[in-house]
Amino acid sequence: MGGRDRLAAGAFALLLLGGWEAGVRLGNIPPYLLPAPTAVLWALVRDFPLLAHHAGGTLAAFGVGLGLGVGAGLALAGVSFYLRPVGRALAPFLVGSQMVPVFAVAPLLVLWFGYGILPKAAVAATITFFPVTVNVLDGLRSVRPEILEFFQSLGAGEGKLLRIVRAPAAAPFFLSGLRVGGTLALVGATIGEWVGASRGLGYLMIRANAQLRMDLVFAAILLLTALGVALFGGVTLLERALPPRRGRLGTP
Amino acid sequence: MPALELKDVSAGYPTRNGWFPVVDTLSLTLSRGEWLAVVGPSGCGKTTLLRVAAGLLPPRSGTVRVEEDPPRGRVGFMPHGDTLLPWRTLLGNVLAAVEVDRKPMEADRAQATGVLVHFGLGAFTRAYPHEVSAGMRQRASLARTFFASRRVYLLDEPLGALDPLTRIELQEWLVGVREELGGAVALVTHDVEEALVVGDRVLVLSARPAQAVAEYRVEVEKDRLSPAFTALRGKVLSALSSGRNRGGA
Repeated sequence: MGGRDRLAAGAFALLLLGGWEAGVRLGNIPPYLLPAPTAVLWALVRDFPLLAHHAGGTLAAFGVGLGLGVGAGLALAGVSFYLRPVGRALAPFLVGSQMVPVFAVAPLLVLWFGYGILPKAAVAATITFFPVTVNVLDGLRSVRPEILEFFQSLGAGEGKLLRIVRAPAAAPFFLSGLRVGGTLALVGATIGEWVGASRGLGYLMIRANAQLRMDLVFAAILLLTALGVALFGGVTLLERALPPRRGRLGTP
Repeated sequence: MPALELKDVSAGYPTRNGWFPVVDTLSLTLSRGEWLAVVGPSGCGKTTLLRVAAGLLPPRSGTVRVEEDPPRGRVGFMPHGDTLLPWRTLLGNVLAAVEVDRKPMEADRAQATGVLVHFGLGAFTRAYPHEVSAGMRQRASLARTFFASRRVYLLDEPLGALDPLTRIELQEWLVGVREELGGAVALVTHDVEEALVVGDRVLVLSARPAQAVAEYRVEVEKDRLSPAFTALRGKVLSALSSGRNRGGA
């Protein structure tokens, strides 16, 4: 985004917020329906310790879920790649798992795992693993055989091929999966907290909603959005840190 | 003891309609330090022959030996086309050849840099493959292959996909450095002149399934314009065309 684009985007955001603020104030819209942006900002500042406490809960569930999801995603990709028959047998179940509405299963998870971090992490992991598996598998398969043949002629086994060729080839694919999966995992953790929790931004939103504290609900949404953007940006930075990979690696 | 020995090798691929023969009872030997150029009509099975010699494709019958051992792990096979790792610098690519055997050490880095300098890429050790020309990438691929220090090198059109001028330049250069590279080399090409310039011997293959049609020892002066060179070139070309007609498929 160039400087001029940034300026235009900033101006548009200001215009939108200004319109919102003016609309709420001039239209006398009650704060339990729609809080003014300044009220949201004030809630963010005033209730920051509370928000931070709950954000910590969400982040913990998200982190554990992401870790489990990434681990499961990588393991499934590896198994599907190296054990073709197992991979073919698993494929329909992997796809099927994404068709199950996780949000509908969430109450069940709460019933099984209680109000702690586990059900949220489970929801987040279920959402995360799939894009990781699919992308990493694509990455592992992206290597042209000629590239491997040089190393095979020198006597490289599968382990060496994985370390020298396949894993680095799959790295950018993994990060694409992580970007999609990570962003979804944050939503997943929040949904898990809606269903049943004692801590977390999702829980805070439900509670604030019941108390008609719309300013706090919006502040929580703002915080979640910021976390999501930060996550996305973090993965993008990781991608930039990787060496360039222009040129042909996959099938031309 | 020959560096590389193929005895009555037949190879091919299974297809839905049965066996697809590509190489037919072919024998060849390669002495230590010798360069053998293999020419043949396009699609005749030259690449398959190299893959068999590298131990990447088991022959259907016959044997492949590198100093009396199975070939896998004892040869450096340079496949056709761009096979450098795009995420590694030229130096990193050359070092990758050592990583198959062990963790590269500081001495390896210095040595790999030396090899790149030797291949005329001293200024580009830190460049990525996409940042250098096609000719440089070919040279880097060659550097990587020879850096693996194997007993036998199998090169599949090592100078293919280059413009004629760069190609001739690299041919002359290869002839100049071959003593220092060491090891026996079998290289496949579809360019007869290249075969005569680079090889000590030229093996002519028939159309698929590949059989040996003729073999010539290049004992003439490697001057493209000399009468002896031109005469030998004519012989190889006529052997090629007779082999093309003889081919079964």
